[in-house]
Amino acid sequence: MAESHGEAKGQNPGAHTEADGGGHGGTFPPFDSSNFASQLVSLAIAFVALYLIVSRIALPRVGGTIDARQNKIEGDLAEAQKLKDQSDAALKAYESELAAARSRAQAIGNETREKLNAASDAERKALEEKLAGKLADAEKQIATTRANAMSNVRGIAADAAGAIVQQLAGVTPDANAVNSAVDASLKG
Amino acid sequence: MKIDPIHQFNIEPLFTLGHIGNHTIAFTNSSLYMLIAVLLIALLMLASGRELVPGRLQSVAEISYEFIASTIRGNAGAEGMKFFPLVFSIFMFLCVSNLVGVIPYTFTIASHLIVTFAMALMVFLTVLIYGIYKNGLKFFKIFIPSGIPIYILPLVMFIEILSFFLRPVSHSVRLFANMLAGHIALKVFAGFVAMLGFSLGALGWVGGSLPLALTIALYALEILVAFLQAYVFAILTVIYLNDAIHPGH
Repeated sequence: MAESHGEAKGQNPGAHTEADGGGHGGTFPPFDSSNFASQLVSLAIAFVALYLIVSRIALPRVGGTIDARQNKIEGDLAEAQKLKDQSDAALKAYESELAAARSRAQAIGNETREKLNAASDAERKALEEKLAGKLADAEKQIATTRANAMSNVRGIAADAAGAIVQQLAGVTPDANAVNSAVDASLKG
Repeated sequence: MKIDPIHQFNIEPLFTLGHIGNHTIAFTNSSLYMLIAVLLIALLMLASGRELVPGRLQSVAEISYEFIASTIRGNAGAEGMKFFPLVFSIFMFLCVSNLVGVIPYTFTIASHLIVTFAMALMVFLTVLIYGIYKNGLKFFKIFIPSGIPIYILPLVMFIEILSFFLRPVSHSVRLFANMLAGHIALKVFAGFVAMLGFSLGALGWVGGSLPLALTIALYALEILVAFLQAYVFAILTVIYLNDAIHPGH
């Protein structure tokens, strides 16, 4: 549309100038009006042809190529971003899984430790009880042994006392009296 | 050796296409270079690959695309992208034809005022018609800058209107004059080299080295100018189109 104005109107000044300067024959070429019409016609044809080529074919083609490249770049960037997001998510999942596993391991460790502690406590308690029982038995045995020993001591003492009395007094003392005297001295 | 820096701007009809009224429409060397520019642009934009990782040619095509697209977005906003094909065509047409024109023995399309004026007028009319079509009478707000005291408003409006209607002139003369002057200067300095070298013998060869160095420097400058003027023309187009899209500014 724009060129057709130029084409149509562009010839007018040429015609005017030619009318004005028709007398100059071998003048300065750019002001030689005799060739204005030829130039205007060829300019109009050339420019309209150029405009049609440019607007119909060339610019859509080059613009399309540029747009396609732009889209490709944007698409690639978007895909890269998507992949990055995916890898970020994977990393996050991995980390959270790792943390969960770690806490689980810790829990298992704690549980095991408690179990083992309880078991060892129980074992120790049982052992202690057994030892306490043995100790009590031993103490009882010691006590009986001692009691036996003491009663033997009493018998020996009574016999010894009876023998001493017989030697000294020549009389055989009453066994009961000796026994009670020994008991009294043992007590004292 | 005669220096004729004007010869390079001659229009030479190659064959006649027809007649419109009493004008002969010929296929000239200018037409040929217009065709070459269109073919080169088509080749660049269509023959380059569509790879994900662009090659050299494809990079050039894509850089051109992005360059003009960002220029429009920066200066006229997203709505300006409506005119992307127009601005792109203008820029590429001028840039390619100017760069081809820097090659010795070629012809520079934009060194003819009628061509640049026709393109500037096309832009001007596009702005005017689209601006009125899009904004109605509000389009004429571009002549009334905001924040101007009422007593100097008529003067400012007059200047704004004048500058608006002189846009096609300044727009086209800037490009035309740059290309014309650059090519003439280049030809004159290059001519000095040949003139000194052929006329003064050994001394001439020594003396000719100075204009030779200047020619090389100018040539580099002309390559820059060829691109820069195409860009200036394109960015002015975008700025003017912005007026049509956002007349309030």
